[in-house]
Amino acid sequence: MTEPLIRAEKLSRRFARTPDFAARLASRFGAGAKPRVVHAVDEVDLAIGQGEVVGLVGESGCGKSTLGRIIAGIDRPTSGRVLYRGEDVAKAEGDHARHIALKVQMIFQDPLDCLNPRYRMGDIVGEAPKFHKVVPAREIDAHVDRVLSQCGVDTRMKDRFPHQFSGGQRQRIGIARALAVRPEMIVCDESVASLDVSIQAQIINLFMRLREELDLSYLFVSHDIGVVRHIADRVVVMYLGRVVEEGSAGELFAEPNHPYTQALLREVPRLDNRHASFNPLKGELPSPLSPPSGCHFHPRCPFAMERCRVERPALKEIAPGRRSACHLNDMAAVNRPAA
Amino acid sequence: MTPAANAEKMLVVSGLETRFNTSRGPVAAVRDVNIEVGRGEIVGLVGESGSGKSVTGLSLMGLIDAPGEITGGRILLNGEDLRSVGGKRLRQLRGDRIAMIFQDPMMTLNPVLRIDTQMIEAIRAHDRKISREAARQRCRDALGLVGIPSPDERLLAYPHEFSGGMRQRVAIAIAMLNNPDIIIADEPTTALDVTIQAQILAEMQKLCRQRGTALIWVTHDLTVVAGLADRVYVMYAGSVVEQGPVDALLDRPIHPYTDGLIRSIPSHNEPGRPLHQIPGMTPALDRMPQGCRFHPRCARRTEGCLSEIPLMDFGGGRRARCIHPLVEG
Ligand SMILES: Nc1ncnc2c1ncn2[C@@H]1O[C@H](COP(=O)(O)OP(=O)(O)OP(=O)(O)O)[C@@H](O)[C@H]1O
Ligand SMILES: Nc1ncnc2c1ncn2[C@@H]1O[C@H](COP(=O)(O)OP(=O)(O)O)[C@@H](O)[C@H]1O
Ligand code: SF4
Ligand code: SF4
Ligand SMILES: [Mg+2]
Ligand SMILES: [Mg+2]
Repeated sequence: MTEPLIRAEKLSRRFARTPDFAARLASRFGAGAKPRVVHAVDEVDLAIGQGEVVGLVGESGCGKSTLGRIIAGIDRPTSGRVLYRGEDVAKAEGDHARHIALKVQMIFQDPLDCLNPRYRMGDIVGEAPKFHKVVPAREIDAHVDRVLSQCGVDTRMKDRFPHQFSGGQRQRIGIARALAVRPEMIVCDESVASLDVSIQAQIINLFMRLREELDLSYLFVSHDIGVVRHIADRVVVMYLGRVVEEGSAGELFAEPNHPYTQALLREVPRLDNRHASFNPLKGELPSPLSPPSGCHFHPRCPFAMERCRVERPALKEIAPGRRSACHLNDMAAVNRPAA
Repeated sequence: MTPAANAEKMLVVSGLETRFNTSRGPVAAVRDVNIEVGRGEIVGLVGESGSGKSVTGLSLMGLIDAPGEITGGRILLNGEDLRSVGGKRLRQLRGDRIAMIFQDPMMTLNPVLRIDTQMIEAIRAHDRKISREAARQRCRDALGLVGIPSPDERLLAYPHEFSGGMRQRVAIAIAMLNNPDIIIADEPTTALDVTIQAQILAEMQKLCRQRGTALIWVTHDLTVVAGLADRVYVMYAGSVVEQGPVDALLDRPIHPYTDGLIRSIPSHNEPGRPLHQIPGMTPALDRMPQGCRFHPRCARRTEGCLSEIPLMDFGGGRRARCIHPLVEG
């Protein structure tokens, strides 16, 4: 197999939480004195090929954004490594390191948070390519115009400030800014989540068109299963810091293997599901500060067995290109409970 | 048609208009809104952001404050006009006969009070004679009903000790406490995860069915409404543009805007193909187009669309504001 564009190997990211006042007080009386650590990303392997769209789904706090930030080079892993075309990005130096860093760009949920409010739109888009000399200085203006038009932004509005644009327009500007440094991959973190359906459709179409035109890859982080199903070639499902299932979008949505994926897909509201009688998964999302032992999903899993409480299921290949982390896959098909 | 839809109309809103005074003069956020809800009926109120859903909900609750003002229409709850009953009676009805749940449960919950204090107060506000023990028992039952485990312990907690989903359940329990005739729920699951949203939808649906409580579920998400509602109202730019039973409205939309919304939903499109898109964007309140407010974005518009379009009857409980409907009446 040829080396993918981006490969993550055993990536982990831990955050130490400074205990709050109540916890400090409790520890003085001998209760729970241990430092609290969140395992936001826990030994994740992931590969993204040239031109591929990988969807990353999972519930709040499961580590999607943290993983996305590490892939985009905004955050560093506690352990594990990220390879760009087979090369460890942490080992690159000087100009070469800067060159590699530009190859993966990130776009956030509300671009206003990362668009400098005092910069005019044209400068926002032109700043990075100018600084990194992506194009010769005298071609910057033409470059900015080209990228803006590609993203469907009226170039006559270059003198306006971010707050003077609508949510959809700001998202287009965020995309243009990322594209201006000619990346090969974009990490989209909930990039259409706060948009109205009709505007969301426009932006999703833009993402798909840009992928065609520029042979871009995406890591598309979203809690919206419908959006991911529409745009992704491959889907990765996370639960409390771990990848629990991975596969091509078509197969994973048609036949989810992991009990968590099954529950998640069953509960996505659908337009053709009328007068539904909901039969939801029981239980709260556990706290990432004290995740359940063994398989993190066991307290909510209808099929949990003794083994699930003690042993972490490995992410194993269950079919070509499909992986799942569930002990049920070790059992003979005849003994398996029906989903 | 569901039996509930035939039942007596418990809430009748007609010609509602709510305005806000802005630096550029008064603007109508909601105009000529008509909504009827039968006993025990679940009604979806759908629209994109700024279409006037929340303003409609707050108007029904009598919670519009300056610079806003209800400037027209009637809101009849069990035959009583909420606009003319006066502040004292309105406060009596609110939390007792009509209750609201917000997207942010902290709109309902007080961060510095224990849950039991807040819940008991909500009961005693409408029933001065109830004993503390009886009130506490009702709180316990209410928490149990919305699926909060060990309610006795939970009653002693503060809101910050709960997750977002649990807080929303407590807010629902409070809204349910006095067995209201109708609950207005303004996007209460929008900020929650899919599995938690499914739990809350399941519980709301069960409670409403069991107790005959009517529900107006306000949301931007048509897919949620598909599973939950008996009937749907679609809002655009401050008005209801289409209403009808959920199946008819979603399967055979009349109004081009409803049709466009349905077709923009990703799961309604073949994966990987360009999504249907409605061109342009929703107009600002002070720049409302003449006539049909959707006309600048509508592919079916003609000269006639530039005059005011009334809500027209299409039979079978369906109504829409469009002179070139996608379905003939
Ligand atoms: N800077 C930080 N310091 C401490 N903890 C953090 C930090 N960033 C993330 N975490 C924790 O790591 C876990 C994963 O967070 P992350 O933001 O990656 O989740 P997510 O999947 O993107 O969630 P959402 O869907 O809510 O955006 C959470 O428990 C979060 O509280
Ligand atoms: N307090 C206010 N002052 C001025 N305008 C307001 C106020 N509240 C709401 N509006 C305007 O009324 C319109 C409808 O708002 P709202 O009902 O909140 O929409 P949504 O359908 O998203 O709930 C919007 O254009 C909004 O900006
Ligand atoms: S490993 Fe066990 S608990 Fe985990 S998903 Fe599989 S059956 Fe359920
Ligand atoms: S009235 Fe005219 S402009 Fe308005 S929705 Fe109907 S066809 Fe379109
Ligand atoms: Mg996130
Ligand atoms: Mg609202």
